[in-house]
Amino acid sequence: MNETLLTPQELVDRFVGTFGDAITDPRIVTRAEGAKKNPNTNIWMTIDRGILKPVINLLKELYYPHLSVISGWDTGEELRLQYIFSIYYGKPHGEIMVTFTVPLKKTDLTVPTISDQIPGAVFTEREKQEMYGITVEGIPDGRRLFLPEDFPEGVYPLRKDETGIPDSMIKHLWETKRPTDRPAPPVTEKEDTEEKPKEVKSDE
Amino acid sequence: MSDEMKKKPYVVPIGPIHPALKEPVQFLFEMEGEVVKKADFAPGQTHRGIEWMGMRRNPVQIVHLTDRICGICGVTHSLSFARAVEQIVDIEVPARADYIRVIIAELERIQSHLLWAGVAAHELGFDTLFYLAWRVREDSLDVIENITGNRINYGLVQIGGVRRDITPEQHPVIHKCLDGYRSLLGKMINLFLHDTTISIRCKDTGVLSFEKALHLCTVGPTARASGVVKDVRVDYPYAAYGDLDISPILPSAFGGEINGDVYDRIIVRLLEIEQSIGIIETCLKEMPEGGILWEPKLPKLLAACKKAHGEAVGRHEAPRGECLHYVAMDGNEAPAMWKIKASSYSNLHSWIPILEGEQLADVPIIVASIDPCLSCTDRVAVVRGNSSDLLTKEDLHRLSVEKTRRIQGC
Repeated sequence: MNETLLTPQELVDRFVGTFGDAITDPRIVTRAEGAKKNPNTNIWMTIDRGILKPVINLLKELYYPHLSVISGWDTGEELRLQYIFSIYYGKPHGEIMVTFTVPLKKTDLTVPTISDQIPGAVFTEREKQEMYGITVEGIPDGRRLFLPEDFPEGVYPLRKDETGIPDSMIKHLWETKRPTDRPAPPVTEKEDTEEKPKEVKSDE
Repeated sequence: MSDEMKKKPYVVPIGPIHPALKEPVQFLFEMEGEVVKKADFAPGQTHRGIEWMGMRRNPVQIVHLTDRICGICGVTHSLSFARAVEQIVDIEVPARADYIRVIIAELERIQSHLLWAGVAAHELGFDTLFYLAWRVREDSLDVIENITGNRINYGLVQIGGVRRDITPEQHPVIHKCLDGYRSLLGKMINLFLHDTTISIRCKDTGVLSFEKALHLCTVGPTARASGVVKDVRVDYPYAAYGDLDISPILPSAFGGEINGDVYDRIIVRLLEIEQSIGIIETCLKEMPEGGILWEPKLPKLLAACKKAHGEAVGRHEAPRGECLHYVAMDGNEAPAMWKIKASSYSNLHSWIPILEGEQLADVPIIVASIDPCLSCTDRVAVVRGNSSDLLTKEDLHRLSVEKTRRIQGC
């Protein structure tokens, strides 16, 4: 772990300098809140799938990254995975969020596992497999995480195409209405009393 | 019984009801005698698909949905989500609202840590301490009710600010509650940390090493108890936390070394209550005047959200650690993507290393020590060899209490 802290711009330069064209659209976003407006920093980079593991190795050289979560976004034509990291935690006001977006073509939804680099990634990789139908190559534990065992194969809840949740699986609760074989709820009487004044009004 | 049968470890499945917090998660333990050889767990027993629901609603509706993600963290998720949307839409939150957000978040930390302290005491068999912790917890809930109108689903955070102000008349109510906690905290610390039996049962139990805590990406008090200095409030200025002079609480603050055991997790949480009291007092004193909402008219707010394009991450240090919401918006009424990363999501893996090698009777307190937040549970099935019987949560709890009694020699 290298203890010299880089500024956000130096970080971006280091990544772009090392990986060149494989990194596109690097952005530094700051946000200032509170009365004193102390800013926090977020770096966003879009990277090719091929450099995912080298990018994380470089991040590890700088500081052991905290992997918050891997998120996903089905934009229609492609599936984007966001690897959301933070580094320099433990430095007051110095933490920097680093998010790598990996776009995947719908025809080839595979990514290498990063759990050999960051053991805590298994959990979120398992979740991405079941929720988006991607294949994480080399994952040490490929079981489902949140979805029940009897959940149908080939349905991925967070996808927005034909592999997403079909309408037949959605419970439209408002269509079920109140069961008829139960005692009427006590509010019924109240409704009656409310209707009476209305009738008086219509008479007028 | 053949020799082969004798050697075979027996498997103890626990759940889908959680042995400690009545939360739905299933455990599978491979036992050798009383010692846990291998642990595994399956969450998701009550997955509600809230992200899927949110992606069909507008941001203002989602804020109220986020209130209901967790029964304890009423402001954590709504604050994280609101912060993500505010960054995409480029909304500047009034400074006063940032202070009110911090005050309510810290009151939530107090009530959550007290709730946990009660559960921990109960798991160890100290029910008087459990009653004390839960009785005093009511005071913070009363103050939260005074400020927001609700004990649990606060409905306080709105995109661009908060929905209710804190008036000068409310200050004495809050101060009275905080003073009460301050005078009580010494007693709580004494009861928890200077008790011989609690020390014996919690020290060197459920140890999570610094390396494991770092590599498994744990967050919050679980990480800090293992010496990983990580606190979103300090590291990453947001809301009014950037204005405050605070530092992360480590177990070494109580003297002693950092071991990463259950005892250290108790230290961190108890001392954080004290820190939260200080934060609320500072915020009440330094709260700037002004409005509390960026845009009080909801149609205007929604129109602004509808035009927005982009993605952002909203984070908040919940009582259990970092909570993160990723939101992507593409010019539609509903967000294109919404991912929730609750704090326990990052901490659950740490169960496996901390449970392995421990005794069955210690399972409840170790499982509870990371303060897991999943939702509600009730029974434990135990399979020993070919015979199987059902262990209820009460049976497992009894094992834990019996161990405490053995240590006390009564």
